[in-house]
This record gives sequence, structure tokens and C-alpha cells, in this order.
Amino acid sequence: MKEKREGFVVFENVQKTYDGNELVVKNLNLEIFKGEFLTMLGPSGSGKTTCLMMLAGFESSTHGEIRLGSKPIGNIPPHKRGIGMVFQNYALFPHMSVGENLAFPLEVRKIGKSFREEKIKRVLEIVKMTDFINRRPAQLSGGQQQRIALARSLVFEPELVLMDEPLGALDKQLREHMQYEIKHIHEQLGVTVVYVTHDQSEALTMSDRVAVFNEGVVQQLDTPVNIYEKPLNSFVAQFIGENNKLVGTIIKESKGVVQAKLRNSKQIKGIRVNSGKEGTDALFSIRPERVFLDKKNSESIEAQVLELIYLGDHVRCRMKVADNEDFILKIPNSSQTTSLRVGQKTQVSWRVEDCRALDLAN
Amino acid sequence: MKKRAIPIYASRGDVAWFYTFRFICALVFLFLIFPIIIIIPLSFNQEPYFSFTSGMLSLDPDAYSYRWYWDILKNGMADPDASNGWWADMWNNAQWIRSIKNSFIVGIFATILATVLGTVAAIGLSSSHMPYKRIIMSLLISPMIIPLVITASGLFYSFSQVGLAKNYLGLILAHAVLGTPFVIITVTATLVGFDQSLTRASASLGAGPVRTFFRIQTPLILPGVISGALFAFITSFDEVVVVLQLADVRQRTIPRQMFSGIREQISPTILAVATILVILSIILLTIVELLRRRSERLRGISPE
Repeated sequence: MKEKREGFVVFENVQKTYDGNELVVKNLNLEIFKGEFLTMLGPSGSGKTTCLMMLAGFESSTHGEIRLGSKPIGNIPPHKRGIGMVFQNYALFPHMSVGENLAFPLEVRKIGKSFREEKIKRVLEIVKMTDFINRRPAQLSGGQQQRIALARSLVFEPELVLMDEPLGALDKQLREHMQYEIKHIHEQLGVTVVYVTHDQSEALTMSDRVAVFNEGVVQQLDTPVNIYEKPLNSFVAQFIGENNKLVGTIIKESKGVVQAKLRNSKQIKGIRVNSGKEGTDALFSIRPERVFLDKKNSESIEAQVLELIYLGDHVRCRMKVADNEDFILKIPNSSQTTSLRVGQKTQVSWRVEDCRALDLAN
Repeated sequence: MKKRAIPIYASRGDVAWFYTFRFICALVFLFLIFPIIIIIPLSFNQEPYFSFTSGMLSLDPDAYSYRWYWDILKNGMADPDASNGWWADMWNNAQWIRSIKNSFIVGIFATILATVLGTVAAIGLSSSHMPYKRIIMSLLISPMIIPLVITASGLFYSFSQVGLAKNYLGLILAHAVLGTPFVIITVTATLVGFDQSLTRASASLGAGPVRTFFRIQTPLILPGVISGALFAFITSFDEVVVVLQLADVRQRTIPRQMFSGIREQISPTILAVATILVILSIILLTIVELLRRRSERLRGISPE
């Protein structure tokens, strides 16, 4: 396991305001370890891009300190930070060929011609674009341009690479393909990556750890598995993946299990995460794939089928449970599904461990 | 297949309007170009008049001559008929030749000055950190809006105080003032399309602001700079009001020489000079435009 050490990148009590009035980033504390792939995930306006820009040096923090390799970088201009960056729109220099684009950071560092060519060749091999060295950016497709942008951010061997929604402009298939490719390059080179995205599946696929941002605050910083399986508050639960929500008033709480009464006076139980005191309302959240169409599990409740949507590998079933008409089940495509009819009343069940009692903030 | 100009569903009215519209366009075009075209045959007049003689109208070859073109070279020479030192005499004394030299000296230096100042100003004004952008922008382009006579007299009074009137430096500075707004406008327009993330990318790759300016920004805005420079040069080249105020006889430019030509000695030499200028302008514009397109294509700004 990781020993206790200081992060390679450290945000300490960082605040940022653009207008001197509203804080875009509120008291950010974040440690990023060497070789880690950390994703900042959040809706637009959540402060994630601002954090990246402060790290790159294009924005300055209003308060607090950012350290890179235990040195504060607040007073270092962007071009002296030695941080590679991939931009959303690629930002390749249109008047230079691919080779010249890649040579640019090396020329700046006064690296000799033969050594330069060797490095360019190596990095082009990594992104599988060796044949394109003499092309201009305008002659490349979006995906190819993205590979070159990636290569350019890696060619001068920075220890830290920032990526600002680099796959945002690509179509779905190419985006998924590039996700794996970036992940593999990260594993191959061992470079530290800070990745910004608003796409949760991208964050889950690629990252070692994910920092979920909302309203300038990190809501949860954890591994993809924990972010998905164990959201710490209702924002994370709702932002990552799909969730079935049931609202109930807490009756009692013991040994970390909350018992509550739903609007239709049916009682349910859930694991306490950050729900309030007895008598207050709590949000119970259950993932659609953890709800089953039977009575076998401990928590069982009556449901009525409202809609069936055929999606090939699974059938999406919208049900009414208690007063929630958007209760979703994902039923794997098997013989079981054929028996369901719209309007039918049935029982659904789940395990107590899969039901999490959260705050009712939003 | 030949492309149809009129769609197949056009009604009779549409067809009528189609031709009427083209006719109106032709009229507008003629209105713009006719005064320029008309001077070309007139400049070959045999007689010292500004009108078509009956011989010219009946296309009699004797009614046409090159005499006014020769006059450009000879007018002002000490001895136009001498065989010795004719070229030196022409180069040093012919008043039209001197004004052509003046126009180019003033035009070229004013253009260089205006281009540098205008480009730097436009880059500064396009920066997001620049305060009071609109006010500064309108101040900088005010020489374009304020009537030239006012600018010219203002320049005359202020330049006289510091000894800049009646010499080349003053004239160059004055023309640079007039040319700068054109450069600012064209370069600003180019910078609107300039992707600011390129300068960030350059910084992230380790290039300082100076290197970023010369390696990334300058090459990409060059087409706009060239257009602006051309405008600045032409502004200086056909400017007469400021020259009237600021220049003495030694700094007479072509338009100034034409001006006094019209007042003092009505001679078709002016028409000959005008014809040469029209042809020169067309050549210059074509060359610069071709160069600009070529550099735009080379820089991958426009698709190939």
C-alpha cells in the first residue's frame, strides 16, 4: 500500500474568484500523487477547469497555495512550469507540420537536432502516427489531431500532463477508443495526469481516482469503484450513474442502519451515509442494476410496471414504487423479461447494503 | 452539365427581375469605373487639352501620341534636348520624377511605421486583460473619422512647434498617423479568428511571451498585417491634404504635383501620370493579394 507521503501536486486551501464576489473554487484541498491518473469531474461551472488553469498557470489563485513537487508555483509563469497540456480544441499550430509542432517544445529547450528527431519518432510511435510527420494539422481528422496534441504534450517528457476535456469534440466511438489509448499511454509512461471532464463514464474508465466537483467544492475524492458504489452525498449519487430515489422520514437509526417511513407508510431500511437525525427526511438511493424483480432479498416492495424500453442487451423497466414514478430496473435480456406487461403489479427487492440513506440537499 | 443561373421554377417576374438586377449591377459598376477608364485614352492626346478632339473620336492615329508620357520625364529638366547627361538631369531635375521618388520614400517609411505601430496596438487591444478597450480603440482610429483638413491643420500647427514641418520626417510621421488605423482594423479582424488557446499551448510547451509572439502569433496574423500595410501605403500614396499643409516644394508627392499641375499648367501630363498610377495600383494590388492568399494557404488557415 501507499506509504504516507506528500502529494506530487498539492492544492492547499485554494480559493478563486473572478469578480471578487462569488467564489468559483471554495477552499480546495487536494493531493495528487506521482504517477497517478486523477480526474476532476463535475458539471460545467463547478470549478474543475478553473483548478486546472490555476495548476497550468493561466489563472492565479485568489487565496491559498499550489505546490508542484513540494515547491510553491504561484510565482512561476506558465512557460516555466514544465507542465504538458492537452487542450479541448487541440490547439495545434496550424502553420506548422506535425513534425514542427512536436519539435517546438524541444527547440525551446535547446535540444540538438538528432536527439530531437529521435524523441519525435518515439512519441509518434506511442500515438501510432509515424506516417503523418509531414502533414499539416488541417489535413488530419479530429482523432488524429488529438493524438498529435497528446504527443506534443508528452514529447518533452514532462512529469505532469494536464488534459482539459481532450475528447470532448470527438464522436462517441472514437472517444471510447481514445479513452483506452490514453489510459494505456499513462500506464506505459508512468506520467502523472490530471484530467478534466464532465463525462462520468470517461472518468470511471480512465482514472485511478476521481474528484467530483460541484459549486467549487470537491464533493468526493475516491477511486472510481467507491465513487460509484459508495457515494458520500446525494449530489455524487445523482451525478454518477443512474439512481432510484425514495424519500422517507427517518424513524430510527441503529448500528449504521436507518429505518424510515415512505409517503405510502411503507417502511424501508438503508445504510446511513449522511442522512440527518430522527424525524428528518432522507433520500434513499438504490442503483437500478441492484434491484431485482423478485422477493428474494431482504427489502421487498410493491411496484407497478409503467413502461418497458427494449435496449437490446437489457430491458429498461420504469415502475411506480411508493410515490416515485421514475423507479428504474435494468432487466438483463433473458426469458424472464417476456412475462412483464405494462400495468402489471409485481414485487421488487434489493439488499439493505445496496440502499444508501443520504441527505436531501437537492 | 452547365449550371443554370435561373432556377427552373422561376416565374416570368423572377426572370425579368434577374436581368434587371444584373443590369443595375452593371450600371453601378460602370459608374464606379468609368471616370478611371476615361483618362486612359485622354492621356494619349496629341493636343494639350482635357477633351476628346475630333481626330481622336474618328480614331485617327495622328491624333494620338506619347508626348505627355515623355513630358513626365522632361518637365523641369534643365536641358531636355542635351545628349550628354540626359539621364542624370532627368533623375535629379524632372519635377514628376522627383515627386514619384518622394511618394515612394514617404509611402514606404510611413507604411513600415504604421504597420509596426498598428500591429502592436491591435495585439494589445485584443488581449482580454486590456482595460478601456473601446475608448482606446476609438481614439486610435479617430484619424480615419476626423475630417482630413482638421487633422492636417492640427498636424501642421503642432509639428511647426517642434520643427517637423516642411521636412521628410514630419511628412512620414503624419502619413503614419493616417495609415495606422487601417492596420489596426485589419489586424484586429484577423485576431478575432485567432485561437487564443494557441498562445496558451505555446506557453505550456515552454515558450516565453517573446518567442510565442514571433513563432506563433506573427506568422498566423501575417495576412492581416499585409492587407493593413497595403492600405497604409495607398493612404499615404494618394494623400494630398496633409502634403499641402506640411510639405514644401522639395517634398512634393505625386498627388501634390498633380494638384499644382491642375492649378498652374493644365496639361495632359497629369492624365499620363494618372494612367501609370492606375496600372501600377492594379499590379500592386494583384501581387499583394496573391502573396497574401499564398501565405494563408501555406499557413493552413484556409483549406486547400
